[in-house]
This record gives sequence, structure tokens and C-alpha cells, in this order.
Amino acid sequence: MEQFSGKVWLLGNDIDTDIIMPTEYLVFQTIDEMKPYAFSPLRPELAGKVSPGDIIVAGSNFGCGSSREQAPEVVKALGIKCVIAKSFARIFFRNAINNGLLLIENETLADDVREGDQITVIPGQKVLYNGKEYPIADLPDNLLEIIDAGGLVKAMRRLNGLDLDKDQEQAGEQAGAPAGEQNQESENGKH
Amino acid sequence: MGKTIIEKILGRKAGRDVKPGDIVTVNADRVMLDDIMMPFIVSKFNEMGFPKVWDPDRIVIIFDHLVPASQVDDTRAYRISEEFIAKHGIRRVHRSDGICHQLMTEAGHVIPGDVVFGTDSHTTTYGSVGAFSTGIGYTEMASILGTGRLWVRVPSTIKIRVNGKLPGNVMSKDVILRIIGDLTAAGATYKALEFTGDTFDNMSQSSRTTMANMAIEAGAKCALFSPDEKTAEYCGITLDDFQKNLRGDEDAIYDQVMEYRAEDFVPVMAFPSQVDKIRPVTQAAGTPIDQVFLGSCTNGRLEDLQAAAKILKGHTVAPFVKLIVTPASRKVYREALADGTLEILQAAGAMITHPGCGLCCGRAGGILTDGERVVATNNRNFLGRMGTSKVEIYLASPMTAAACAITGVITEPAND
Repeated sequence: MEQFSGKVWLLGNDIDTDIIMPTEYLVFQTIDEMKPYAFSPLRPELAGKVSPGDIIVAGSNFGCGSSREQAPEVVKALGIKCVIAKSFARIFFRNAINNGLLLIENETLADDVREGDQITVIPGQKVLYNGKEYPIADLPDNLLEIIDAGGLVKAMRRLNGLDLDKDQEQAGEQAGAPAGEQNQESENGKH
Repeated sequence: MGKTIIEKILGRKAGRDVKPGDIVTVNADRVMLDDIMMPFIVSKFNEMGFPKVWDPDRIVIIFDHLVPASQVDDTRAYRISEEFIAKHGIRRVHRSDGICHQLMTEAGHVIPGDVVFGTDSHTTTYGSVGAFSTGIGYTEMASILGTGRLWVRVPSTIKIRVNGKLPGNVMSKDVILRIIGDLTAAGATYKALEFTGDTFDNMSQSSRTTMANMAIEAGAKCALFSPDEKTAEYCGITLDDFQKNLRGDEDAIYDQVMEYRAEDFVPVMAFPSQVDKIRPVTQAAGTPIDQVFLGSCTNGRLEDLQAAAKILKGHTVAPFVKLIVTPASRKVYREALADGTLEILQAAGAMITHPGCGLCCGRAGGILTDGERVVATNNRNFLGRMGTSKVEIYLASPMTAAACAITGVITEPAND
């Protein structure tokens, strides 16, 4: 994955999935319909002001709460290039990668960075901000492949030799995958 | 540098030394798919374009949430499952044998050192035999069915050491509830739990299973016991050198070590409606109850039914209390039938149901309504879990559940 730069949106600790995508909007059939309400309990203006390529920087336990896959999907659909947090909740981490959203852990960036500033990410190596370097862990190629493909379903389709033409056409687009109805059913199910 | 148990299991799979935070891709030894998730898994699998599954023998499909069917749409999941089973030649199928987490070890699908993924959050259970097992979503399960692989992040480990002899009225359920209360519901997120000490050495395989089952309630990714002779006998194997070495090294690095004296434990409950709201049973003593549930993948094994029967023998359940008993598997059911345990429970006034998830997941067999109170041996007391959102669920051990059933009020079991 190539290095990239983007503008920072700064959030705190314990940003839960109800903040990222409140339950009341999960009734919508597509992620595009949900997009305007992302982060609305905490930052109602944010969704309208995010530009494709922006980066969210946050504190610890980002994505805690429920297993709703709509949370990482909506962050991706907003055009957020990646989320850099002190730590992520386990299920959100997996759901994010599987939905093609890049997540990066770093302990100190959130303490130093100011909202609106530019940062540069060199995947697998470091984040550059204000003349300082912030080391980040390596992601194995197979995870980057999932993110590059736009999520696990698309990565598996590619593995199986499907959509190869379509992938080339869509390269560079920011659009997120539409919400699956099944995701909502799963979220509401009790097991 | 020494290794924790999870570092040893994942290191062998990765073919190199691993440390917490590393992301590795591992081959699954076995996967567990439950009926309620099958329609979603099959749909994703087909969308991904896989012509066939990677290895039919590594796939276990278990009907437990939806048997017997309680709603007219439930059989749709059977139909989709059966088509998938037939098409892909899957032979490890249980259609009415009991709860998935009991069957995976009981029926020999999992042995120590295995890596197992399941589409249910309580998949942590197989840590009781020293296997790494954890819950995943249906999209990931679909991808494993096609590839046989999944990425995992190597977790850091919290070591829990307990030495000594537990009081006579304390069961392993009380121990894990206390630990969850101390850790809090998110306290072990992303981490492995590792149990060590002579209290666990002396514990039955069944009691260990209860503890590994509930580790997810502290957010844990997995919960590991070191396999020993009891484990080998239960699994019907002889431990190989790798399995014998599945214990935390002295110089391994732990996030945290929690130490307890076994003698200090008392019977506890998770009060409504948080799994980490742990209080001594005595704190709610005398509170009237409407129902008692003895069963589930947490506490539906023979040992649990026997512990309850010992207290209920010669007594009758309070007239207004419904006592519902659900053995965890057909095997447990038959053993409890053969040794007279079910006869004692039945004579005391219990309703004995077919093995399955039923009441624990709020689908069938004893659902409650507003204002009712239940003492239950399962693993979650979330709002609405066993009926409406105004049901009060107290999670407890089988001994406590039995003591409560007799009196009709919350009662600490006698220590004798």
C-alpha cells in the first residue's frame, strides 16, 4: 500500500458503535442513507464536513459496543482513508478489515495531533506529523489485500477469479459497499 | 523468552515465534457452524463464488438454537443447512444431539492445541481442553469455508492463579463470576485468559468448561486451561509432546497476574442486568423468584445436574416456582437418566426438556414476562435475554439454583 496524507478528525476514548452509527438509523437499507448520521450523537456536523481521504485519529477502545458491521461500513463510505487509534475493540477491528477499512494502532499520536492538521501515513512503518515519527505495526500482505480489494467478500470473489474487469473500473473510487440486510438481522438476533 | 499457551498454539500454526500484537494467518483445524447462522453463511459463501468447501471433514454443523422449532420460520434454516450439507458432503452434523459448545469436545471434534472458529460468541468454551477457539462473524466463516484460513491477532495474556480448596458450596461458576466481576465486562477485551494453580489442577473437565465458556463475558478472545490426564481421558487421546507442553512458561510475559485463595470464594450471582454485577448470594437472600433454569452450555453437564439433584433429593420445588432442567446434550441426558439424577429432579417437580439452546437464548421453553424473576445457570443476564426486558435474571451456580428452587426465594446453598 502506497503512502498517503490526509486531514485529521480528532475523537476521544471509547467511541462506541452507537456513536458511529446510532441504532435508530440501522433500519435504512443502504449505507448511503445512513451516512449523514454517522457520529451524530457526538459530532453531528462531522459527517457533512468529511472529505474523501480524511483520517480519524482517536483514543483507546475505538468501536466498542455491538457487533454491527454497519459501523465500519459507514466510516468507509464517508471516504475516511483510515482510523488511527490507541486501541480498537476486537469485533470492530475484524469487521473493519473485512469491510475494507484500514485501522492503525498508535499510542501517542492522539495526544499530540490537532484536528484539521495534515498527517502522512506510510503503511506498515510510521505516521509523520509535525516533524515527528510515530511507529506503527506491520500488517501482513493478506490483510492489505482484503483492504485493497474493498472488503472480504470482494477479496474472495477476486480470489475466485470473479469481478476482475469490474475491479479495474472501480479502482480509486471511494464508494462503500451497500448495507446487507442480513447484517441488521444478525445484529438484532440473540445468540 | 518464555511463551504463554496462546503464543505456543499460534506460533506452531504460524511456523515461527509470535508475540502479542502480531497478526498471523492460521489454518483452522475445525470450524463450528450453528443453525441460526447457516442462512447467512451460505448466502455469503455463494456470493464469494467458491465452488466447494475447502475440507468437508473440518466442518461441523450443529442444529441447537432452533431445535425443536419454536417458530414457523425456523425450519427454513434446516432446509438451507441440509442442502449445503448434501451438496458439500459434510458428515460432522448434529441435528438434535445437544448444544454446539458441549458437542464440540464431547463428540471429539476438538482436541488440545487445535485452532477452532465458530459463529457463536461462546466458542471460547473449547479452551477447557487447551484449544484456541473463538467466535467470528458469518462473513468470515464463509471465507474460511472456502479457504480454510483466517487471520488472527496474537493476544496478550492475563494469568489467573488460584490455589487451595474451594468451599463445599462453591462451584467453578462462582469462581468465573467473581473473576468477571473483578475484570469487568470489557476488562479482558482482545486478551487471552490463562488459568493456573492447584485449584484448577483438581477441577473436573466439566468445571473447567464452565469457566472457559464464560470468559467472553469479560470480553476475552479465548480462555485456556493446560491439558492434563483428565483432558486426555475426556478427549479419548494420549497427549503428545506439544499438548503436554501447553502451559505458560515461568518466564513468559503476562499483562497481569490475578491471584486468589480458593478458600476465599463464596457463592455469588450476577445481579440483573449486567454480567459483571457480581454480589454474594446472601445479599439478595429472601428475594422471591418465579422460575429456576438449570442447563445451557455453561452449566448443563452431568456434574451440574448431579450437584442440583444432591440438594433437591427428598425435597419439592416451591409450589409457585417452575424448575426447568435442560441437559447440555443427549449424552448428558442419557447418563443422567441412567444414574437416577433425572429421577430425583423429576420427583422434586422439575420440567425436563430436550437438550438445546432454547431458554438461554430466549426462544423457547420457559420464556418470562414483565416483573418476573429467574435464577439461571446460563451465561448472560442481558435485558430481554429470556423474555421481556423487564425480567430480572440472576446468574448462579447449579447448587445455588437448586437451593433457590426449594425455598422459592434467593437462598445460599448450605456449606457441608
